[in-house]
Amino acid sequence: MPHIDLPEGIPGILGPMAFSPQTAEPLNELADVLLRSPNSLTQGEREMMATYVSSQNDCFFCQTVHGAAAAYYLGGKETLIDELKRDFESAPVSDKLKALLAIAGKVQKGGKQVTADDVERARKLGATGKEIHDTVLIAAAFCMFNRYVDGLATWAPRDPQRYRESGKRTADEGYIHSTDHLPKVAS
Amino acid sequence: MPSAEREMIATYGSSQNDCHYCQHTHGATAAEHFGGNYEPIDQLKRDYASAPVSDKLKALLGIAGKVQQGGKYVTTEDVERARAKGATDKEIHDTVLIAAAFCMFNRYVDGLATWQPHDAAMYREIGKRLASSGYTVPGWEKPVQKAQGQ
Repeated sequence: MPHIDLPEGIPGILGPMAFSPQTAEPLNELADVLLRSPNSLTQGEREMMATYVSSQNDCFFCQTVHGAAAAYYLGGKETLIDELKRDFESAPVSDKLKALLAIAGKVQKGGKQVTADDVERARKLGATGKEIHDTVLIAAAFCMFNRYVDGLATWAPRDPQRYRESGKRTADEGYIHSTDHLPKVAS
Repeated sequence: MPSAEREMIATYGSSQNDCHYCQHTHGATAAEHFGGNYEPIDQLKRDYASAPVSDKLKALLGIAGKVQQGGKYVTTEDVERARAKGATDKEIHDTVLIAAAFCMFNRYVDGLATWQPHDAAMYREIGKRLASSGYTVPGWEKPVQKAQGQ
């Protein structure tokens, strides 16, 4: 049961976004620029970061919806996403991504947990300043999104097929118009 | 919720996350909304339950503190307590989102190990500027110079 009166049947973050379109707009712009804008890190890699942090924060909706987007980018490799969440160090992803996921994991615990050694490891594997910056900000942003979704006790469906469909839609269409279809809540 | 109260939520969350730069810039902004009185802000960070703020804001700060630990820590009792003090759905929504957003901002600032001076005068200048002009006007990239009219 959500902590505030949200429109029924609207999953996860979309309920609060329907409630508060004024804040939804910059949040969607942030998600889009972080996860989909041109970047040396692929969209799949960035969605994997979002998924990993959301699973560390134990946010079911966020890890499932972003996991679905990541799987879609990877050609449907849902088991890879499960492995990533379970133990990214032994998942079949690049060493550079592992080093960046380690940084993301530290950010999830707290900004000051990121050490010079964590960064050095990523740099040795070819991570640029921008990639490190973007990893930190993606991880930080998902610490916000996860708290928004769970802090209001939003409802999340459990049917994996719904998430597969939304993963494809998100990958194809992005975040900025993701709430256009929602009912406008009377304020 | 007036800006001053929202800045107090930001300051409280940032102090719970132990982010120096964020708690001092937003603390200064909150203080400037109060005409430059920093004492309530210091009290807020130390122990908000005994700070000179409304019972409603205290209840909302209770929610913000839970969000800082994790979204699932917010209980129906926390929310009921805020409602009993007059908080609306929008105020509860905004409290959760502000607290969540500062969990992002604090991690961004500390996660990159940014330079964070211990200079009360600088934070006062930034606070004055943020309280009057906000976050999106030009000059955001040089906050101290902008605040000093340069």
